[in-house]
Amino acid sequence: MADTVEIEVTDQEVEWLLDDLIDRYGYDFTDYSRASFKRRVTRLMSQDKFLSFAEFRYRLGEDATYLTRFVEQVTVNVTEMFRDPHFYKVLREQILPVLATWPMIRIWHAGCSTGEEVYSVAILLKEANLLHKSVQYATDINPSVLERARAGIFPLSQMKQYSENYILSGGRLDFSSYYTAQYNSVKFDDSLGRRVVLATHNLVSDGTFNEFQLILCRNVMIYFDKILQDKVTRLFYDSLETLGYLALGSKETIKFTTVFDKFQQLENRERIWRRVK
Amino acid sequence: MHRKERYTLLVIGGSAGALLTALDIISALKPSSALSVVVVLHRKQTQEDTLVDLLTARTLYRVKEVDDKDELEPGCIYVAPADYHVLLEKDSTLSLDDSEKVNFSRPSIDVTFESAAEAMGSKLMCVLLSGANADGVAGLIAAKRKGAFIVVQDPAASEFPVMPQQAISQVTVDMLLNPRNLPVLIDLLS
Repeated sequence: MADTVEIEVTDQEVEWLLDDLIDRYGYDFTDYSRASFKRRVTRLMSQDKFLSFAEFRYRLGEDATYLTRFVEQVTVNVTEMFRDPHFYKVLREQILPVLATWPMIRIWHAGCSTGEEVYSVAILLKEANLLHKSVQYATDINPSVLERARAGIFPLSQMKQYSENYILSGGRLDFSSYYTAQYNSVKFDDSLGRRVVLATHNLVSDGTFNEFQLILCRNVMIYFDKILQDKVTRLFYDSLETLGYLALGSKETIKFTTVFDKFQQLENRERIWRRVK
Repeated sequence: MHRKERYTLLVIGGSAGALLTALDIISALKPSSALSVVVVLHRKQTQEDTLVDLLTARTLYRVKEVDDKDELEPGCIYVAPADYHVLLEKDSTLSLDDSEKVNFSRPSIDVTFESAAEAMGSKLMCVLLSGANADGVAGLIAAKRKGAFIVVQDPAASEFPVMPQQAISQVTVDMLLNPRNLPVLIDLLS
């Protein structure tokens, strides 16, 4: 802890950085939660051992390959399978039976990161015998995490936790029947990834691209300020069929947004809304 | 030019052995039209509702677990949810963050102390309680630099003195907290 020196970044320097990112690369982080963004920047500078903010800014401005690392590190890519098992139980027991009545099910994972959630939902769809008539669109701002999602390979060390989560979510099968273990990794069954479309999509700047019956965006908008949360929630509204579902993380809300009255929250403790208007 | 600053935000951080002291502080707090409180305790995921209940039973303050972008209101106690860091923004809203653990902890006390110090400066009081790791110390250093008032539980009065001891060895502490001088702390916040 003591051997990494934290350089303090001023608010003015953050502004410069934000301007550079827009001007040079077209990435707009202006409406990200500022405290969190600043913390990520400071953390990255310390990890990569920059001696000053000026040096960091220069590198980012001159080296487009470093931009890839910047975006990867400043955005948060922590995810797990069947995180909040009760949420998946609600999906399994209350939402999928409704989705089953549509001839074709379209699901959007907005900010899917490395894809753990996509595989979790694929397992639910398979167990509900709906996988064949569903398509999951999984998008993220980072091309590199999408590559990992495509591979469907996850660390073996996580499987005990994921298996427990799976059972708590109402899963009745042997979780290990869904993957093949090799060395320190597991590869999930190809059939689970077959009906998944992966694409880069930036929630800040890209628009709607389809109509969905279910959008999952869990613990993504916590990194946005209220202005951007409003904009993105409107995007979700425009991308949902009437009576489609929007599922957010367990501590998120849409009550500050201008489309709040067009949604109705499900009556359980999960943060799931239905587009009613 | 010196006048006594009125504290508008109290952040209490603690780990192993901190719960009872945190409850003591909360139950002693006088009703206030200016003070908000954020509580960051390391604990198991299943205990969260219990902590809100425990606090609610002991105070007239409103107690709630933090939802993302909750606005800091006076007379309210905000409890950090399990598995999220809590950051204070400069517009007085609370942001949640589920990035990597810090000091093996999420919520991390450092993260909340640091962002609160940036946003509130000398209107902030940080209290670091009992614990068995070093979370909170870097946050206290940052908070001290921004002019916050620093309180650390007296190691002699701590069930797990490691965390307070780490803090005392690295930060100039404004007050050591023990059961005897709890009323002094409460006066500072009233």
